[in-house]
Amino acid sequence: MNLAKIGLAAAALAFSSLAAHAADISGAGATFPYPVYAKWADAYKKETGIGLNYQSIGSGGGIKQIKAKTVTFGASDAPLPGKELDESGLAQFPMVMGGIVPVVNIDGVKPGDLVLDGPTLAKIFLGDIKSWDDPAIAKLNPNVKLPKQAIAIVHRSDGSGTTYNFTYYLAEASPDWKTKVGTNTAVQWPAGIGAKGNEGVANNVAQTKGSIGYVEYAYAKQNKLTYTNMVNKAGKTVSPTMDAFQAAAASADWKSQPGYGVILANQPGDKSWPMTAATWILLYKKPTDPAATAEALKFFAWSYAKGGKMAEELDYVPMPSNVVMDIEKMWSSDIKDASGKPLYSMK
Amino acid sequence: MSEVTLNGAGVSGAEATSRAGVLRRLRTTDIVFHGLTRGAAIVVLLLLSGVIISLIHGSIPALGAFGLGFLVTEVWNPVTEQFGALAPIYGTLVTSFIAMAIALPVGIMVAFFLTELCPQVLRRPIGIAIELLAGIPSIIYGIWGLFVFAPFLQRYVQPALIDTFADVPVLNALFAGPPYGIGMLTAGLILAIMVLPFITSISRDVFDAVPPVLKEAAYGVGCTTWEVFGSVILPFTRVGVIGGFMLALGRALGETMAVTFVIGNAHKVSSSIFAPGTTISASIANEFTEAVGELYTSSLVALGLILFVITFIVLAIARYMLLRLEQRVG
Repeated sequence: MNLAKIGLAAAALAFSSLAAHAADISGAGATFPYPVYAKWADAYKKETGIGLNYQSIGSGGGIKQIKAKTVTFGASDAPLPGKELDESGLAQFPMVMGGIVPVVNIDGVKPGDLVLDGPTLAKIFLGDIKSWDDPAIAKLNPNVKLPKQAIAIVHRSDGSGTTYNFTYYLAEASPDWKTKVGTNTAVQWPAGIGAKGNEGVANNVAQTKGSIGYVEYAYAKQNKLTYTNMVNKAGKTVSPTMDAFQAAAASADWKSQPGYGVILANQPGDKSWPMTAATWILLYKKPTDPAATAEALKFFAWSYAKGGKMAEELDYVPMPSNVVMDIEKMWSSDIKDASGKPLYSMK
Repeated sequence: MSEVTLNGAGVSGAEATSRAGVLRRLRTTDIVFHGLTRGAAIVVLLLLSGVIISLIHGSIPALGAFGLGFLVTEVWNPVTEQFGALAPIYGTLVTSFIAMAIALPVGIMVAFFLTELCPQVLRRPIGIAIELLAGIPSIIYGIWGLFVFAPFLQRYVQPALIDTFADVPVLNALFAGPPYGIGMLTAGLILAIMVLPFITSISRDVFDAVPPVLKEAAYGVGCTTWEVFGSVILPFTRVGVIGGFMLALGRALGETMAVTFVIGNAHKVSSSIFAPGTTISASIANEFTEAVGELYTSSLVALGLILFVITFIVLAIARYMLLRLEQRVG
């Protein structure tokens, strides 16, 4: 008797919690933007009472889930090609950006001391440049005393959007990299050790003298890692700062790719940081549950409008306002319910 | 039940019906219980075959594209979608071998010390400490391995080993290369620590089960402790010890998180055990979340199938060995 009662109570609880969640927005995908999505969701819930259920299962998982229609939106660090978007009827737009920075561990070299450019970075990660006193590095750093020390390479072992953007930049900067390795969330690394996550890379770099790795800017900044400066496409030396990431986003031609699928690597502009990365949202243009998609769009619009400061606190880069305007215009013209009524109207 | 039968003699009609009712109820209970237990057993079979079928189904694209060459190819290139399982298989076997080579003798010695030689006062604390070792989640081993153990190996152990064996053929290839701290040896050592409690606690239980009269007789005819251990206790308990060994090996083959942290995750086959490598489960854990494209995901599922087969073979060998041993004894 008692057991039955407890069972009933449990069932009732389960159902009531289901009901409470019914109004929540559901999404799944990329891990890279998870902290900022969580922060936005928290603030949004306080303001509107509507929560966000976001599973940070990785971009691949996010794409699979949105295609299976188990979530209202998917999130991916790598944009889908236009053909795939058209075939599946998905709309795609960038939500927030971040930077990727090389980090090193060389005795006597402080953050920002070392300058690298794309071709040199690619040669290091290809294993062609083996020592820190290589002429190619010395030429870029006439004022830095470089040791005769073997370069130990540390890369991500887990598939990640960070790797996707980093290898995209190396492929842009080096034809060799493009043919030998290529661009993906995981690649066949010619050299080095793989470490799990940003924290794994950072820790292995910190432990190994003469090492180089790459991490998200937020991670490098919060842990005070020895980042390098980069020579950008315009030939100017830039430091990884919020301004340099925003400059890259501002100089990008967002409409050149379907679904705003522009990779922000190697963008023109004197101030642009060459390894800036955006992360995208995927949702259906004609969703089966229009109400849920409308709620999701409200949340995204709120995040664009009010989430900028929160993003910067977490060292993410908000989208420029002209791009946001354009994205919202796309929402109101492309995303519709079954009767053809737009699910979002611009204020 | 016994009451019902005892009071059976000379009963009235009403009592007989109530007794029949009780018996019927008892019978139903038994039938239901029988059905439930059988159902539970069948569920296990169904689950297992479900897993096998979905693994095979999932790996068909990869095995179709690469054939049996999948097993012996070292390439793992997500960009060009060329995949081969040699490096993960090699890494899995090497790390498990290192782990078992260390954990088996140490575990058995600890168990023997605890059951035969240890002063009573120490017995409980050491036993509890070993059981606690088994209770530590594997992610903790991974973090400890990465932040504490790997730097220690990198600074003190690896340079010493490299220098010592620099001139010895074969061994200099085994202990070669830059001391990264992380690599296959580190993974093997962490695994050894993780599986030690399995071997120790099972060995301790079976050593405890050796009849004292056997040991006393052996000591009585003048056997040394070593002789008692080697000639009386081990032969008497080998089935249990092998069981513990297999349980430990199963854990070592499948361990994921701790290994991922310290193995270096390079899809390469290296002769040096200091070199970074990868294991089947580490590859799956690392890459599954971001694997896009049918062939990539399918190759990872095929890795899972291979691990399943390896584990199955290990278990089959263990069963076979036990059978042989029992035959020889009986």
